[in-house]
Amino acid sequence: MTTAAIRGLSPERTVLDNGAVVIIQETPTTPAVTILATFLAGGLYEPADVPGVAYLTGRVLDRGTERRSAEVISEQLDDRGVALKVSTTRHTISLGCTCLAEDFDDVLSIVLDVARRPLFPEPEIAKRRAEAITAVRQDDDNPAVRATETFFELVYGATHPYGRRAKGSIESIERIQREHLVRLHAARVLPGALTLVVVGDVRPSHALDRAAYEIEGWHSGQLEDVPVPPPPSRSGRVERFVVIPGKSQTDVTYGFAAIRRLDPRYYAYWIMNNILGQFGLGGRLADNIRERQGMAYYAFSAFDASVGEGPLVIRAGVDPANLERAIAAIDDEVRALGTDGPTERELQESRDYLIGSLPRMLETNQSIATFLQNAEQFGLGLDYDRHLASHLDRVQMDEVRAAAAEILDPDRAAVAAAGPSTGASEARS
Amino acid sequence: MDDMPVSEPYTAPRDTREVHLDNGLKIVVKSVRTAPLVSVWCWYRVGSRDEGPGHTGASHWVEHMNFKGTTNIPRDEMKGIVERFGGMWNGYTWIDQTTYLETAGRDALDQMLFIEAERMANGIYDPAECESERTVIISELQGGENDPDQLLDSEVTATAFRAHPYRHPTIGWIEDLKRMTRDELYAHYRRFYIPNNATLVVVGDVELDDALRLAEKRFGHIQPGPEPARTMVAEPPQLGERRVVIERPGTTGYLKLAWHAPAARDEDFFPMLVLDAVIAGAKGTNIWCSFRGMPPQRRARLYTALVERGLASSVSGALLPTAQPFLYTLSLTAMEGVDLPAVEAAAFDEIERLRTSGATEVEVARARRQLRARTVFENDSVTNIAHQLGYFETVTGPGFYTALRDCIDAVTPEQVADAARRRLSRQQCTVGWFKPTSAGAEGAR
Repeated sequence: MTTAAIRGLSPERTVLDNGAVVIIQETPTTPAVTILATFLAGGLYEPADVPGVAYLTGRVLDRGTERRSAEVISEQLDDRGVALKVSTTRHTISLGCTCLAEDFDDVLSIVLDVARRPLFPEPEIAKRRAEAITAVRQDDDNPAVRATETFFELVYGATHPYGRRAKGSIESIERIQREHLVRLHAARVLPGALTLVVVGDVRPSHALDRAAYEIEGWHSGQLEDVPVPPPPSRSGRVERFVVIPGKSQTDVTYGFAAIRRLDPRYYAYWIMNNILGQFGLGGRLADNIRERQGMAYYAFSAFDASVGEGPLVIRAGVDPANLERAIAAIDDEVRALGTDGPTERELQESRDYLIGSLPRMLETNQSIATFLQNAEQFGLGLDYDRHLASHLDRVQMDEVRAAAAEILDPDRAAVAAAGPSTGASEARS
Repeated sequence: MDDMPVSEPYTAPRDTREVHLDNGLKIVVKSVRTAPLVSVWCWYRVGSRDEGPGHTGASHWVEHMNFKGTTNIPRDEMKGIVERFGGMWNGYTWIDQTTYLETAGRDALDQMLFIEAERMANGIYDPAECESERTVIISELQGGENDPDQLLDSEVTATAFRAHPYRHPTIGWIEDLKRMTRDELYAHYRRFYIPNNATLVVVGDVELDDALRLAEKRFGHIQPGPEPARTMVAEPPQLGERRVVIERPGTTGYLKLAWHAPAARDEDFFPMLVLDAVIAGAKGTNIWCSFRGMPPQRRARLYTALVERGLASSVSGALLPTAQPFLYTLSLTAMEGVDLPAVEAAAFDEIERLRTSGATEVEVARARRQLRARTVFENDSVTNIAHQLGYFETVTGPGFYTALRDCIDAVTPEQVADAARRRLSRQQCTVGWFKPTSAGAEGAR
């Protein structure tokens, strides 16, 4: 067992003998503790021809273990006012919750039992399968979701781990067998793939003792490295419109494949994205589309550099009659920033904002837990909170300009929209 | 009604200071030194209940306009003041209140107070900006209509109320949004945005005296106005079940059951809050942060009766503290392949069981514990603490918030059973269906 304690945010990180990483940050803010157990077990690790396995695994994980029935788990959590959330992303399955400090031992025991010894009972799989199908049907009726899913498919292709639907399709969900869940769990929900972050009103030594006790004897198998393939190369612009009858608004998702989280250009991209579609109400995009043209309630961009080349996504919700104008406005802003770069003032404002927002980013137990998990996943260091500002501060104008010039080209954009049928929109189908 | 068992007289905790300026502005300052941050919220006692026919949506539109520049802050400068300190800002409008917030580093306190003082006294309401914002708000409304659950919620609320202005959506009806003029908006603004109709809340890494001095410097000169006249409307008793069915293209069926709820200061409020936790799981009382995820609900009545039996994919309940009696609403999503009548029948069966037999001691104890835990979880940041102080000061008045936990603890199973029996009858219910159709057939009846 190795332990490192640092200054600053002052988390304590321990690697247990079976490879599990435990990170504990004591905070006295409220008599509560946030627990976040994250496994590298997300959609990337499911069979490519059965999308939805990771999502369904997350849905059934907490529905019965070797030690606790589904009913007992529910009762023990409900009695303590705890809502355990199991979230699945492209890369991870996370179990997260906040409990009262006095309930920490019990709740940690439940969370790790759920992760370690799930039974995946067939009746529970049947119920959660039906819920997953209903959720997919709801997504089918949601223009924002449809536009975004279509965008990911355009950029990455339907079989790429970032391109396929995270929940799967109704057809693929119906094909999922218990064995799929058992196999994914056995292969990836293991101590060697676990980062357990505990943040709150708990002594680190006590939290570590409890975590070590709950994890003891849990052996990690061989964890296979699964690389994220690069996005397929594409030369020109691609557009697709999805008709969803009966809707009042059309949602647009527009963007590009960007860079990996560990790419040295990351901070320049982050600032560039803030200028484009974050600063204030939504950067240059909101200034144009919402403030100057009154076309949309929301227009913003988001940058999700990940293990693989994550996307830079622009989103807006517009009156169907304004779809062409809105896309043209996005084209204008993308082209302008890509061609001319930001102004000195924009760069300074965005940099000041991002640096100044660090205390807010680290205010709640939940946000600290997410920050520490992310730092661990990408190997950013336990003291990343103290280095982040200097990373941002060092970014120069020419780096931001270069980032904008590299990616912001309307002629290479993927544009997806979903909403009611109009003559103009159908031309994009 | 004013029957809530609040201990009197109310005194603020030691880390909190409350003062009234001469112009009537109430200021609440609380020192919370867990992070180098300050959250400033300015609350106005104006919401959609203060809007008459033809002017629905005025309060929300006014909120939007108050981000569009003031006499001393040009529109394009609004953005950037707080951001320079790493801050965030926002605002929202609901049935009883409108509020604006900034949370930023402690050095930004004076700038945040400046923005709020400007917003209170010096809004410009440029006609061109009003026009531009009209289409933004219509876009916001259309975005809401894209969500069948939200669409159904508006229809159910409008059906449940006959007389009370709580019946119209906060965003307003589309025809009013198309018609309202700049001068009507400005008149609404001037009528309600006066210091004697507002509460300023400052929470964070501050010295109480310093914060009060800065607040007085920024707000002390603003002239009070005449107390806004308010039309008091009592909703007549509901004599029979009401029903609204929306048939539109879609993929999924949604059901809502809504009953008239007690106002926050009604003696039934806390028994109903516990009852809601028994039925659907406790969400707490912070509408700024507590309603984003699912509550602890797997042992809740409707979850076990509908979700666990494969009839619904989700259930949720909503009982919020309001100034006047609003609604208690249960929302259910029909599982794929399950018809809405089956979902409705099962939901009513469970409600009737509660009305007949009440909740068990175990259920009530669990609900109380969930609610107590929520009062901790929903106060985990200066922003959330400030929200709660301002919300309750504006909606319920002093003393309510500090008594919250005691009031939850005091609820008995008998009170819960009594509230269920009296308040959740089928005759008093408004039932809403969103019935998905294939493309082409749409309407409401």
